[in-house]
Amino acid sequence: MALLKRLARHKLPPVTFTLNGKACSGRAGDTVLTAILAETDRLRLSDFSRTPRAGFCQMGACQDCWVLAGDGERIRACSTALEAGMNLRTIAEPRS
Amino acid sequence: MSDALRPLIVGAGPTGIRAAQTLVDAGIRPIVVDEAAAGGGQIYRQRLVPDERTPRDLYGSETGKATALHETFARIRDRIDYLPQALVWNVQGKAADVAAGGRTRRLNFSHLILATGATDRVLPFRGWTTPGVFTLGGAQIALKSQGCAIGERVVFLGSGPLLYLVAWQYVKAGARVAAVLDTAPFSSKLHLLRGLLSQPGVVLRGFRYAAELMARGVPVHFGVEPDQIEGETRVTGMIWRERGKEHRLACDAVGYGFALRSETQLADLAGCRFVFDGRDRAWRPERDLAGRTSVSGLYIAGDGAGIAGADAAELAGERAGFAVLEDAGLTVDRARIAVLERKLAAIQRFRDVLEAAFPFPDKWANSVDDDVLLCRCEEISIGQARTAAREQEVRELNRLKALTRVGMGRCQGRMCASAAAEILAAAHGQPLEAVGRLRAQPPIKPLPLGIAADGEAA
Amino acid sequence: MSRILHKDVAIIGGGLVGSSAALALRRMGLSVALLDKGFCGAQASGVNYGGVRRQGRPPEQMALSQRAHVIWPRLKEIIGIDGEFVRSGHLKLARTEAEMASLEAYATRVAGFGLDLELIGRNKLRERFPWIAGDIVGASLCAGDGHANPRLVSATFALAARRAGAEVLEHTPVSHVERVPEGFHLSAGSGTEIRARFVVNSAGAWAGTFAEAFGEPVPLGRIYPSMIVTEPLDVFMTVNIGAEGGGIYARQVERGNCIVGGMRAEPTVDLDFSRPTGSGAVTIMNRAADLFPALRNTYAIRCWSGTEGEMSDRNPVIGFSRTTPNLIHAFGFSGAGFQIAPGVGEVLAELIRDGESRTPIEAFTIDRFARMDQGSPAGSVPEARKRETSK
Ligand SMILES: Cc1cc2nc3c(=O)[nH]c(=O)nc-3n(C[C@H](O)[C@H](O)[C@H](O)COP(=O)(O)OP(=O)(O)OC[C@H]3O[C@@H](n4cnc5c(N)ncnc54)[C@H](O)[C@@H]3O)c2cc1C
Ligand SMILES: Cc1cc2nc3c(=O)[nH]c(=O)nc-3n(C[C@H](O)[C@H](O)[C@H](O)COP(=O)(O)OP(=O)(O)OC[C@H]3O[C@@H](n4cnc5c(N)ncnc54)[C@H](O)[C@@H]3O)c2cc1C
Ligand code: FES
Repeated sequence: MALLKRLARHKLPPVTFTLNGKACSGRAGDTVLTAILAETDRLRLSDFSRTPRAGFCQMGACQDCWVLAGDGERIRACSTALEAGMNLRTIAEPRS
Repeated sequence: MSDALRPLIVGAGPTGIRAAQTLVDAGIRPIVVDEAAAGGGQIYRQRLVPDERTPRDLYGSETGKATALHETFARIRDRIDYLPQALVWNVQGKAADVAAGGRTRRLNFSHLILATGATDRVLPFRGWTTPGVFTLGGAQIALKSQGCAIGERVVFLGSGPLLYLVAWQYVKAGARVAAVLDTAPFSSKLHLLRGLLSQPGVVLRGFRYAAELMARGVPVHFGVEPDQIEGETRVTGMIWRERGKEHRLACDAVGYGFALRSETQLADLAGCRFVFDGRDRAWRPERDLAGRTSVSGLYIAGDGAGIAGADAAELAGERAGFAVLEDAGLTVDRARIAVLERKLAAIQRFRDVLEAAFPFPDKWANSVDDDVLLCRCEEISIGQARTAAREQEVRELNRLKALTRVGMGRCQGRMCASAAAEILAAAHGQPLEAVGRLRAQPPIKPLPLGIAADGEAA
Repeated sequence: MSRILHKDVAIIGGGLVGSSAALALRRMGLSVALLDKGFCGAQASGVNYGGVRRQGRPPEQMALSQRAHVIWPRLKEIIGIDGEFVRSGHLKLARTEAEMASLEAYATRVAGFGLDLELIGRNKLRERFPWIAGDIVGASLCAGDGHANPRLVSATFALAARRAGAEVLEHTPVSHVERVPEGFHLSAGSGTEIRARFVVNSAGAWAGTFAEAFGEPVPLGRIYPSMIVTEPLDVFMTVNIGAEGGGIYARQVERGNCIVGGMRAEPTVDLDFSRPTGSGAVTIMNRAADLFPALRNTYAIRCWSGTEGEMSDRNPVIGFSRTTPNLIHAFGFSGAGFQIAPGVGEVLAELIRDGESRTPIEAFTIDRFARMDQGSPAGSVPEARKRETSK
């Protein structure tokens, strides 16, 4: 279930992307963090205790919003603009 | 003369923009680098794409200032070299390393103005890493820039003017605010009366936010001692104590913070001397009224130089711009400088009032439980820090980092260093300044290993 | 505040060399003052790369290195923590045929020392270490080598020395040492005076002034290796990596961070300190991304550097002074002292207790440089001024 609740910007053009393989749609002007957290409730698992995280500061300071994009690229969700066709993955697998 | 001047300004918030404008007005072409996609900084942050909301919806009472600042930046745009979405990750001598778009290059400068602003100061308590918990600033960005609330039923918690402001902005935008939990006692707010004479607008606005919140039925609690945020995989509720009694409230999001902390890493890397600022409870670069640091040619202004707010940021940015001109032997408008300095001094006095009205939660360091996470990157607990303090006789912050990893993760202590300092000071009953401060290390934010390196650029 | 301490031994410098000596001396029952100008283990010993390797050392260091080699797996018993020591093996890569020839020659040279080096050809290397990319001709594996966490090991040796009864005085720089009839007088910090029968000069990159004060100038320079560390990642790098000819070395810790070195930093205005250059850090990052495809999409979260004393012949100075009885030098480890330091500590303690060590250290005498200057062969100079008295 979504973490964020959209209150405005309803009429902006949709931007389609995939999240963990599933087709999703965000809005023009979304950050990757917004687009993902409007769909689901986590971005990654923490590095050591593997507990869910969903960002914290939304301003590029806490570094708790890294997700995967493209072919294994890592991006900081709160400081990356959503682009059409992005293949986004939350970090859901515990590290080996 | 001015041909040789190549000032670099880091940050395009109120501070950086006013500094740039001052230089441009004197016929100088500064470089302005900012990590964000658009100018404005934290408070006057712009949306990535325009939407149906008016500037008034976004900036409220500050709309005039926001618009003026954005207009200024647009006006000087072709008379500066502006690098948006670019991170200054290192400063060494008269050069800065700047990363943007998968490449890094070295920019040489004649003068450097650091206008890097601040981030929320947070204190850990149980559950603070649970999805649905954001900083106050994060909650505000979600709303202003993204048009989102951080949840359906939001609790705002902490201490500081931002607490009431953000809660009020949420209510205005149609979000449901379950409660405002102020860690300071109600009596602390009486200090604001002292500020009525000097900054009546600010004080009255603050009272208005609180009054409107209550009028709309948002419960406001004072003297709150946060206990924990409930929820395994996302927030389900909040538990706190108030006058010894436990309270519990269902909610699905929490926004919290305890005022702000300055971004000072670049000043540290540049070798600036630091002083302890008792009001901010933090070490910050030493600077004079004009923003000159202990390193010649290096200036620091705005919230990155110690927390003083957005109005002060604009004034201090302009003042630092003048300082560069003065130090380059150019003529400056003395009368204007006198006005700036007078206004800045008045704001500084008012900051003392604000600190009294929104005090830091002194009890936290001694009352927080051992098993609460201190460092959210490396997942080190408060107890581990206390044990190191006790058993390994650690009294200094970098030593704590070396022995426990607190502050060693991706965020380089931005989220945990203030709290770690408080814990360490409390563990030995020593003054906060005695524990020192974490040394900055480049890159000040993560940098991709495969980043392409360009040569030196003027 | 002024105080006078009476100790059997005063140790100048609480790096891993000084701290391990302090601990070994306490175990022998001698009283010790361990002095450091900052925190113990905060200089080279605490910020180094963490390579615990014998491979690559010159034959004259082998006996010492082997002595240290048996200490590393026993850290838990000795200092209470394992220091994250892992016997991962050390794999030295050859990028050219010439480098491979050099690895082969080295293997022959140290064949008698029990390193059990295994030379691996191009194809076998691919097979066994598929996570290494690039055109690697071959490699030499020393399975018994490994790596450890210098931050923890070095500080904890000092802590263990303190727990064993050493007087550990941090933030107490030694400003003056003087030979007196009963031994030595040292002045340190503000108002600390130490009377000691023996002095150990283990002041790392700063040891030169103390040697010189006793008429023993040494060609001790400074180097500033610099390092980057990545965010925590899935563990793939199962062995400590080096390269013949240098340029890169890398290891991955159990928590997942990769630590990569291979460039030098620049000293700051204050020559005691250094910092990595931006271009140096990026160069290391790029080399790592090229050599290890798993790192291509990852991030560096920090870089740092340290100050290390380097001798002109890259061998340390270890042993009794030639001018001053009961003065012992141990410095100038030239970028490779972390692995051998715990062994050096034991040797220093033996020198003090017995006047000699069971481990050969002749190659490390302080007067070898003077002898080289005069062109006279080793052995034609007077015996080292060993101990006058002992307990
Ligand atoms: C999240 C948040 C919300 C706030 N909301 C309010 C509010 O609603 N009302 C209010 O009165 N005050 C608010 N404040 C305080 C107010 O923002 C500041 O007083 C004011 O913005 C300070 O201006 P500044 O120019 O000094 O810094 P900022 O406005 O913070 O600008 C600093 C700029 O520097 C950039 N930067 C920093 N480091 C680097 C780097 N290494 N490389 C490149 N760029 C860099 C940042 O991206 C940023 O754009 C808020 C502060 C924060 C942190
Ligand atoms: C970045 C880096 C990477 C390295 N990597 C490796 C590696 O992977 N493997 C390896 O084997 N070796 C490595 N080394 C080398 C190794 O770290 C050193 O050789 C070893 O730590 C030396 O130990 P030490 O005790 O002699 O020196 P130090 O640890 O430097 O200790 C000397 C101490 O003396 C103190 N001191 C100086 N002057 C005074 C004074 N006047 N009074 C009191 N105290 C004083 C200093 O504060 C310091 O703590 C590396 C070194 C560096 C810098
Ligand atoms: S949410 Fe903090 S860095 Fe993205």
